[in-house]
Amino acid sequence: MSRPSPDKLKMTRTLSVLCAALCFAVPASAQTPEERGLEIALEADRRDAGFGDTKVVMEMTLRNKNGDERTRQMRSQSLEVADDGDKSLIVFNDPADVKGTALLTFSHKEGQDDQWLFLPALKRVKRISSSNKSGPFVGSEFAYEDLSSQEVEKYTYKYLRDEDVDGEAYFVVERYPVDKKSGYTRQVAWIDQMHYRSHKVEFYDRKKSLLKTLTSSDFERYLDKHWRPLRMEMVNHQTGKSTVLSFRDYAFKTGLSEKDFTRNSLQKAR
Amino acid sequence: MQARCVWLILVLAALPAGAGDWRGKFGVEARLFANEPLFDTQFEEQVAFSIEPEYFHEWDDGRQRIVFAPFLRVDQRDKERTHSDLREAYWQLSLNSAEIAVGLRRVFWGVTESVHLIDVINQTDFVENIDGEDKLGQPMVSVRWLNDWGTVDLFMLTGFRERTFPGNAGRPRLPLPIDRGATRYESSREDKRVDVALRYSHYFGDFDIGLAHFSGTLREPRFEIGLQPGMGNQITPSLFLIPNYDRLEQTSLDLQATKGAMLWKLELLSRHNFDGRSTAFVAGFEYTLSGVFDSAVDLGLIAEYVFDDQPITRTSFTNDIALGGRVAFNDVQDTELLTFALIDADTQTSLVSVEGSRRFGQSWRLSLEGRLFLNPDPQDFLFGLRDDDYVQLTLERFF
Repeated sequence: MSRPSPDKLKMTRTLSVLCAALCFAVPASAQTPEERGLEIALEADRRDAGFGDTKVVMEMTLRNKNGDERTRQMRSQSLEVADDGDKSLIVFNDPADVKGTALLTFSHKEGQDDQWLFLPALKRVKRISSSNKSGPFVGSEFAYEDLSSQEVEKYTYKYLRDEDVDGEAYFVVERYPVDKKSGYTRQVAWIDQMHYRSHKVEFYDRKKSLLKTLTSSDFERYLDKHWRPLRMEMVNHQTGKSTVLSFRDYAFKTGLSEKDFTRNSLQKAR
Repeated sequence: MQARCVWLILVLAALPAGAGDWRGKFGVEARLFANEPLFDTQFEEQVAFSIEPEYFHEWDDGRQRIVFAPFLRVDQRDKERTHSDLREAYWQLSLNSAEIAVGLRRVFWGVTESVHLIDVINQTDFVENIDGEDKLGQPMVSVRWLNDWGTVDLFMLTGFRERTFPGNAGRPRLPLPIDRGATRYESSREDKRVDVALRYSHYFGDFDIGLAHFSGTLREPRFEIGLQPGMGNQITPSLFLIPNYDRLEQTSLDLQATKGAMLWKLELLSRHNFDGRSTAFVAGFEYTLSGVFDSAVDLGLIAEYVFDDQPITRTSFTNDIALGGRVAFNDVQDTELLTFALIDADTQTSLVSVEGSRRFGQSWRLSLEGRLFLNPDPQDFLFGLRDDDYVQLTLERFF
């Protein structure tokens, strides 16, 4: 077999370039739903970039199907990390028997997050497994993965449709967790077209049936840019339980640095 | 004891009431023993009360803080168990990349679950619980140096604390009475010797590592038998135990690899003391099955092996296997259960332990603890506890 002549090579290259050009020349509407879904996620991420660091007080109200309520209170601080997932430190305040217990998380765009737990009774810092993403966070209807840093890379996407609800225009986007350990097969998110805020998410369990719905409301804007819901309600359709997570005293760019997110700061958290 | 109480009250009164933050707990516990006691000074049931408040105050933009945590136990039966301690009472100054602390502190080293081999800084408050997890406050000056390449801690331990032991009415206890008045030290400075320790700790990806050296007085006593000659009406001489606190040079490594749901753990040490040079380690894993049986329940499987080649004058864990399970119900009440069997591979002497707890309401917690001593071998120190199987219920109120 003879080697192809240089001319022939040039010819095929020209053809492929032409072909590629043609592909890109098709109108934007023919963008695949996957590309459109990713584009929306990237835009939402871009709009919230640069928050630096935040501090917030969180209160959880856990409600069982009989309507009995229990509360949890914690303080959380997080740090934006360039090119990787955020760092966060959560200190539990209430109930009193877990007061002073603290959780340090270094989330990563890819691979397992790093997590340490501080147990005040023993003064012990314990590196813990972060692989149990689907487990409930402090007995609530929020799973660890619902509250961890939402990185674009943690899902693949598919744009479904535009939808108008009460006069506001939403993108409806489906997303699929990349991590095999996730408790979900898919999530459907309603994202408003004006500010790219997530208002509602439906979670489908491993058996592909509807498990939970998260509704975010009372959005506030910080530093003229960063939208945060002050209320998130997670309803579990299979158990009838629900959890309301409310936020107060949000502060942005408070001057936190890497030094405030170490095993040492975990031990000193109060 | 009385003088210490007065002192405590004075310090409490001096603390600024408005500033700072108080938290803590008080609790009532009841111990029930399955068998008749070995000694007629002991009882089959025992009730005790404890209180453990903690005061915290921070100022100077968080650069300075004081922590003050007294502890008081009142026991119905055992006079030795009725005791108080300052678990923590220190001042700490935090600088940019260094910290200095002066006072009584609690420092924990280690990664394993069945035994805490390398945890040498604090003395065990043994009269509290035989599991060795209750510790006395250790007076110290400590300096922590924070670097990108790891954390370095230097400890100057100013003064030695003797181990607490149950009295004649205490249960479980060693078969012979302990005469703390006869305590001996290898160091000529006795309990005034300043011990030193150095530790480096850091993490590299999935690995958490600690390297340490301790030079001072070993916290665990070696017992010698003393003879009290018969006097007056009592003609037969009586035996008692004399605690001997020997010197210790110990270099240790602790390592944990966190690989998904699997935690690999190792604590390894080389030591030199009265008995010469010896090596000990505990190695094992904890594997967590999450959401078992389609529920929110996590089941952790723990297996550890404990080895120690020092002569068996002290510890009983020379060639032991620990098998355990940890159940976290992940419910609103934070229900937890930890069971353990520590089995001596040579003698089959075993200690079975169950610890469970559950929150009630917003600030109460009920705990259950059970210990069972099985197949006691007369050579094993657990032999003395062969009839001391017990169940303990504790109700605590947190504030």
